Amino acid sequence: MKPLIEMRGVSKAFGGVHAVEDVDVDLYPGEVVAVLGHNGAGKSTLMKMLAGAYRRDTGTVLVDGNPAELSSPAEAFDLGIETIHQTLALADNLDASANLFLGREIAWRVGPFKIMDSAQMRDHAAKVINQLNPRFTNLNTPCRDLSGGQRQTIAIARAIHFEARVLIMDEPTAALGPHETAMVGELIRELKAKGIGIFLISHDMHDVFDLADRLVVMKNGQVVGSAKKDDVTQDEVLGMIILGKCPPNAEPGPGARVSQ
Amino acid sequence: MTTETLEPPSLAEPTNKRGFNVRTLSLVGLLVVIAVTFHFLSGGLFLSARNLYNLVVQTSVVAILACGMTLVIVTRNIDLSVGSVLGCVGMVIALLQIEIFPQDAAWNWPLTVAIGIGLGALIGAWHGVWIAYFGVPSFVVTLGGLLIFRGAAFEVAQGKTLAPFDPVYRLFGGGIDGALGVGPSWALFAIIMVLYGLGEVLVHRRQMRLGFDSTVRTKLLRFLAVFVVAAAFVATMNSYMKPRSDIGRGIPVPALVLLSVVLFMEFVTRFTTFGRYIFAIGGNIEAARLNGIPTRRTVLKVFIAMGVLCAIAAVVTTARLNAGTSSTGELLELSAIAAAVIGGASLSGGRGTIAGAVVGALIIQSLESGMVLIGASSSQRMVAIGLVLMVAVLADKYLSGEE
Ligand SMILES: Nc1ncnc2c1ncn2[C@@H]1O[C@H](COP(=O)(O)OP(=O)(O)OP(=O)(O)O)[C@@H](O)[C@H]1O
Ligand SMILES: [Mg+2]
Repeated sequence: MKPLIEMRGVSKAFGGVHAVEDVDVDLYPGEVVAVLGHNGAGKSTLMKMLAGAYRRDTGTVLVDGNPAELSSPAEAFDLGIETIHQTLALADNLDASANLFLGREIAWRVGPFKIMDSAQMRDHAAKVINQLNPRFTNLNTPCRDLSGGQRQTIAIARAIHFEARVLIMDEPTAALGPHETAMVGELIRELKAKGIGIFLISHDMHDVFDLADRLVVMKNGQVVGSAKKDDVTQDEVLGMIILGKCPPNAEPGPGARVSQ
Repeated sequence: MTTETLEPPSLAEPTNKRGFNVRTLSLVGLLVVIAVTFHFLSGGLFLSARNLYNLVVQTSVVAILACGMTLVIVTRNIDLSVGSVLGCVGMVIALLQIEIFPQDAAWNWPLTVAIGIGLGALIGAWHGVWIAYFGVPSFVVTLGGLLIFRGAAFEVAQGKTLAPFDPVYRLFGGGIDGALGVGPSWALFAIIMVLYGLGEVLVHRRQMRLGFDSTVRTKLLRFLAVFVVAAAFVATMNSYMKPRSDIGRGIPVPALVLLSVVLFMEFVTRFTTFGRYIFAIGGNIEAARLNGIPTRRTVLKVFIAMGVLCAIAAVVTTARLNAGTSSTGELLELSAIAAAVIGGASLSGGRGTIAGAVVGALIIQSLESGMVLIGASSSQRMVAIGLVLMVAVLADKYLSGEE
């Protein structure tokens, strides 16, 4: 099977900080790849390059085997790459439906302007959000007055509505209650069954082992190693995250600590 | 289903949940208090047709600027240069119309207005590029603009005063003939009321469909209130006679200019994606960027709009004064900012309304004009307006329940 995404030798530095260094990652259709690592390991930066939010310094990214520039979020959207950002990327002064369609409003062009169809956007928003969380009905409330979980629901709904082929979930359940987290787990399985490829970033080892097919561990911007979930134990993965030690069943990356 | 709002945020201002109504009503209340107070203090002069007519003309300029300033403030920027830009564009129009182009040519004044508006757009773009693309804070860029364009206004004609303007051009200033006349004023009133009524019906049907609590009674009350106020406005403007005659003036042209600006800006902020992006940028610019909104281009366009509005205000001001002077528009940036802020624009971005800006301008100008009537000096007026601005923002903070 052809990979959806191939990242090769991707790097990004902020000033002197090498946030991401020479990373290779693949993602196949219907696969969930967990990206793990300590705080500041470079997970979000790597994913933001795929989302078109940061331009990479070096490296190539192939989408469906074709080289992709990924110079803007709009370009990523066009390639079917949707992202649930760690920061959720919501405008607090706008309501759920305005946020769901932010930047991609349903609108018709009249001269130099695009006139929004608010009614239709709201109908769609209500449908998707209801599917995720039936108790979330205050769709006209500005996001600043919503709970953390409701805000996260909007960000997830956005990714669902636009029918991603590649979905990046950067700590999507951080603010969710146990029930909602279970719903997201269910959702991930559903999307996976539809052949969507998912990058899942999470600090919750239980979730990761429950949902992921493969794991990639990063440390200080580099890949420590990657492994099929069934080939490694939770303790070994913790060892990769904390010590950068690559177990024998995993494929080591440039960031693996050379064994003594 | 939903409770708190009468106005759906996504249809109206995409903001604050207690919303528009409370804020606008309290501003209107403040306006009434100001008017009644000055009416008594001035021995019945404030609410005279003559004073109200002049008040409307003066308010138009500040309100036109405040509409643009609201957009600028919503994107979390500021424009300190509007008074200078107004002065500079006004001088260029004056120079072209009075000294360069043939005075009796019919194309003279329309061409100078067009050039003025083009120049305003260019100046706005100049500021916008520095702010949005070079990343220099708007405070600094437009502070520079304040100096640059006031200096330029002087350089245009070496500080000379240029006069007189073309008689047709002067209509924009709302002078003796610069009003619509009695009959047409009532006709315009009728047309606008019909359109407004139809609009309310349409909005109501849509809100029902969207599941808002939208009661007919509040809509009806609001319609009646607008009807009464507008009718009183037209009647007052009609009762101000041209000198030594019994011909009523009607709605002044500057008010018509303002009305067009307001309708257009309301349309843009409520219904277009551009308006949505302005609010999104003010709410969270990083979120706007991550969602693919062209944030820099949007901010650039906002400053271009501000420049165009400065040019429109320059036309009204110079036409009213019937002269171009290099000091025209001094300190107007402060009135415009005060009007926008009193009208509910939040300097931390993401919140503000066009209607609020207009009411804010009316409040500022009423204070100004009321104090002139009771013989306050310009220094006393500055003290009073400064205090009102601070109190208004404090009151607004509590009204909107912000921390
Ligand atoms: N916009 C930025 N400017 C400068 N430095 C940045 C920027 N974004 C990230 N960094 C730096 O890059 C490194 C990697 O950050 P990143 O956000 O990718 O980590 P992460 O793995 O997502 O961490 P977490 O688990 O806390 O979300 C950190 O050292 C961070 O300080
Ligand atoms: Mg992160």
